[in-house]
Amino acid sequence: MTKVYVDNRPFEVRPDQCMLQACLTLGFDLPYFCWHPALGSVGACRQCAVKQYKDENDKKGRIVMSCMTPVAEGLRISIHDPEVVAFRAAIIEGLMESHPHDCPVCDEGGECHLQDMTVMTGHNYRRYRFNKRTFRNQDLGPFVNHEMNRCIQCYRCVRYYREYAGGRDLKEFSMRNQVYFGRYEDGTLENEFAGNLVEICPTGVFTDKTLKRHYTRKWDLQFAPSICVHCGLGCNTSPGERYGSLRRIVNRYHGELNGYFLCDRGRFSYEFVNSERRVRQPLLRQDNGLRPTSKAAVLDRLKSILAFGKVLGIGSPRASLEANFALRALVGAERFFAGTAPAEQRLTSLMLQILREGPARTPSLHEIELSDAVLILGEDVTQTAPRMALALRQSVRQQTFQIAEKLKIPLWLDHAVREAVQEEKGPLFIAAPYVTRLDDVARETYRAAPQEIARLGFAVAHALDGSAPEVAGLSEELRNLAGRVAQALRDAKRPLVVSGPSLNSESVIYAAANVASALCRAGKPAGLSFTTPECNSVGLNLMGARPLAEAMEAAQKGEVEALVILENDLYRRAPRQQVDALLKGAKHVIVLDSLLTPTASQAEIVLPAGTFAESDGTLVNNEGRAQRFFQVFVPQGDIRESWRWLREMMIAAGRREAAALETLDHVDEALAQALPALAAVTKAAPSASFREAGAKIPRAPHRYSGRTAMHANINVSEPKPPDDPDSPLSFSMEGYPDQPPSPLIPFFWSPAWNSIQAVNKFQEEIAGPLRGGDPGVRLIEPTPGSEANGAYRGAPPEAFSVREEERFFVPLYHIFGSEELSQQAPAVAELIPKPYIAIATEDAARLQLKEGDEAEVRLNGSTQRLAIRLREEMPKGLAGLPVGLPGVETVELPAWGKITRV
Amino acid sequence: MLSPEELREIESEFPHYPNKQAVCIDAMKIVQKHRGWVSDENLKDIAELLGMSVDELDGVATFYNLIFRKPVGRHVIMVCDSVSCWVMGYERLRKELKNRLGIQMGETTADGRFTLLPIVCLGACDRAPAMTVDEDLHLNVDPQKLDGVLEKYK
Repeated sequence: MTKVYVDNRPFEVRPDQCMLQACLTLGFDLPYFCWHPALGSVGACRQCAVKQYKDENDKKGRIVMSCMTPVAEGLRISIHDPEVVAFRAAIIEGLMESHPHDCPVCDEGGECHLQDMTVMTGHNYRRYRFNKRTFRNQDLGPFVNHEMNRCIQCYRCVRYYREYAGGRDLKEFSMRNQVYFGRYEDGTLENEFAGNLVEICPTGVFTDKTLKRHYTRKWDLQFAPSICVHCGLGCNTSPGERYGSLRRIVNRYHGELNGYFLCDRGRFSYEFVNSERRVRQPLLRQDNGLRPTSKAAVLDRLKSILAFGKVLGIGSPRASLEANFALRALVGAERFFAGTAPAEQRLTSLMLQILREGPARTPSLHEIELSDAVLILGEDVTQTAPRMALALRQSVRQQTFQIAEKLKIPLWLDHAVREAVQEEKGPLFIAAPYVTRLDDVARETYRAAPQEIARLGFAVAHALDGSAPEVAGLSEELRNLAGRVAQALRDAKRPLVVSGPSLNSESVIYAAANVASALCRAGKPAGLSFTTPECNSVGLNLMGARPLAEAMEAAQKGEVEALVILENDLYRRAPRQQVDALLKGAKHVIVLDSLLTPTASQAEIVLPAGTFAESDGTLVNNEGRAQRFFQVFVPQGDIRESWRWLREMMIAAGRREAAALETLDHVDEALAQALPALAAVTKAAPSASFREAGAKIPRAPHRYSGRTAMHANINVSEPKPPDDPDSPLSFSMEGYPDQPPSPLIPFFWSPAWNSIQAVNKFQEEIAGPLRGGDPGVRLIEPTPGSEANGAYRGAPPEAFSVREEERFFVPLYHIFGSEELSQQAPAVAELIPKPYIAIATEDAARLQLKEGDEAEVRLNGSTQRLAIRLREEMPKGLAGLPVGLPGVETVELPAWGKITRV
Repeated sequence: MLSPEELREIESEFPHYPNKQAVCIDAMKIVQKHRGWVSDENLKDIAELLGMSVDELDGVATFYNLIFRKPVGRHVIMVCDSVSCWVMGYERLRKELKNRLGIQMGETTADGRFTLLPIVCLGACDRAPAMTVDEDLHLNVDPQKLDGVLEKYK
């Protein structure tokens, strides 16, 4: 630590940072614009000026930019010196010359960093009386709204979008006071992380276009700490509600996971909660249709169904641990089935077994960012676990930092570092059957069939450690590539292997595990990260459910009286005929879900389940981290948590023990007792009895307005705020006024910091962990001592050989389109591609197919007609079928199939 | 489409720079030399040739006032509006030019002969007011004798 003086008071601060960051960590309110903790310093806006003094006798001092001033022993600065205070006020006056007086109609108003900084500097009277420069705005697509007149030219947007996120279609144009930030022409921003511009922009140039359709000020929203449900990474979010509809999602900082950023699927998919397709009342099949009915009537009906015979339960990787556990409790452990595709369940079990046995440990997203050599086997991470791709994009900078360090450039001095590094990149190798969205920063890419990708992995492991299984018949080219990958991983300090179940290939996963094991044997602290497809894939798997296929067999044998399906559209899990047979095989089908899915439409009874925004529960991410999400608002009507419905079903079925499962804590305690692997779940967040200074944590900001009036059209007397028996949060603006423990932070706000940059005040140090530690508990760690005997797993597969008449179909993924719930969000729906099959350009000519032609695809007994898309880069003999895309039938992949022209 | 000549000229610049993107200003100047200005279509072609996004290339193009992103006349007049020229009465010169040509700053005459633009400092402060027509520098310009200056630009 280094001693510095701020306004003559001594402080101990970390040396590897700039004075601005140090001052913010110390809790000082020092205004800034161009600086951002994730982007570093460029010294462009001049807003963070302070006075620096030579020594204690220097009374005059000189004005310096705190973001460009390194922490140094004995450094003396002043924030409050009158000259520098006046300087900062003058700077903001200049920045604000052309800024419009439109705060009352600006979406940023009330959570605007520019507003906060203006107030902080004391600039409160505008003297500029001339014309303001004005711009034409652009249509940037369904997510981000553009209002260039508000721009103060801090350059954060292009620095984030281009340098951090790797986008190339946002740029600054022109010069002087005409500088314009936008695209070359109108059009959807191409980068999958463009939504972060909404938070990166210190004012209202880039705002949330989805929020605009149902706009509400930050102070009028009711929030809750939540977890994203649209992939397996478990990014922390802060959804806001007003009048019973979800209005938006913003990032909820988590030092180990998402940091300051979300992906666009995570940010803009919330609107499925407001969807027309929501089930809002219990539905009962009558006269061949599903008709709304009362809760009492439906429970009465359930009572008679559940009283007889065999009831099977099908769980869900997108439902909470508590919901799955309640289903398991209803039907019994031996009748609890995983509602996942067979291959997915097998592969998830395999991945978890590998992570538990070690020796490699699975890193957090933050640790992925810090990896300095990466091998990706068989994943297009941007499509399957998007936020991880943004972390991997930062990892290629790690080795290049040595260049800056040699020149004695501190790493926070962003543009000096980038200038020194130029186009140099650290090692990232990507093996996938197709182009991926990280290829632009990859050192080498290898595009091949899953078998070949696995063989590459095995060859790398063998190159690292001769005792790892050898690959027979390896081509010279592949051997050399494996050698280069092995060398780069061996030379790294923190090597990482990324893989996952995307290609449905055991061999690929074994290969990834072996590379990590070989590195561990060589004494490297290798990381091994697997993506998982859904928000609770890991949690469901840890419960030890039986495979879906066995439920199908039981149904075929006529052994199923009733089937209870939890938050799951089985048509996405297995081919149509199989699901039809399962649903027809059961006498009664009961579905609990938030949306009327194709599966729910077949049911006899549908119960309205709460989405993440209307429920409390726990999810386990790909890293094995159990995290609690909390109910944002109390829904109208009969919508309730699935576990509450299941409890009521148990009670209806005469199961008296269920009466005890009254609140979330009760369910979690029962769960922790029944399932030792999940015992730590109770520690994911404070229990409902937790109080700060005797008070609950308010979900709404203290300026929340209109509570007495918002229901006045129904009743003039104000209703009592709803009780929350499940959490220490209140549905109110009343309660503990200060910072709650990290898992309970509904929104970031601090006096004088109304924008999301208030997160500065919640961190132990800027860009570090939240006070008291980041939320969640890790359930999976490698078994100690397994490092020595970490045996190599699996065997290299046979080489892939092209067939004359058939193509080998691999699954393809789309960030917008492959995930079920986000499809129902209108903004996301605009970006979903039309159904198609991808084939290698090389093969297309032989099949006499052109781009856009319709072709018939016969695959695993299914036949579908789809448009052809040519993929230049795909290896000969391969074809791709998009997974989960509306209009594409579910088929088990990979598989050989036939394409014919129609 | 870039002409074979333009392509050849641009490609001959490649060896002088560490990477293709660094050629972007020269490439635009080459195209402008042949066509008078750089159109949206030219911009896309150059960007593709240099492995840049159009956004990146246009960011460069719009930064430089001598890259024309709109059509200009056969001859481009640039009037210096810096301090020395201001002291020496460039405003009268500008007024006279506007009157004579019948256009405002930034406009082109109807016959496509002249485009009138401002420029910051031509480095000829000692002989202000100064202006350029195409590549020619004109010093101590007398607003009353413009005819003689403009005559040779047909």
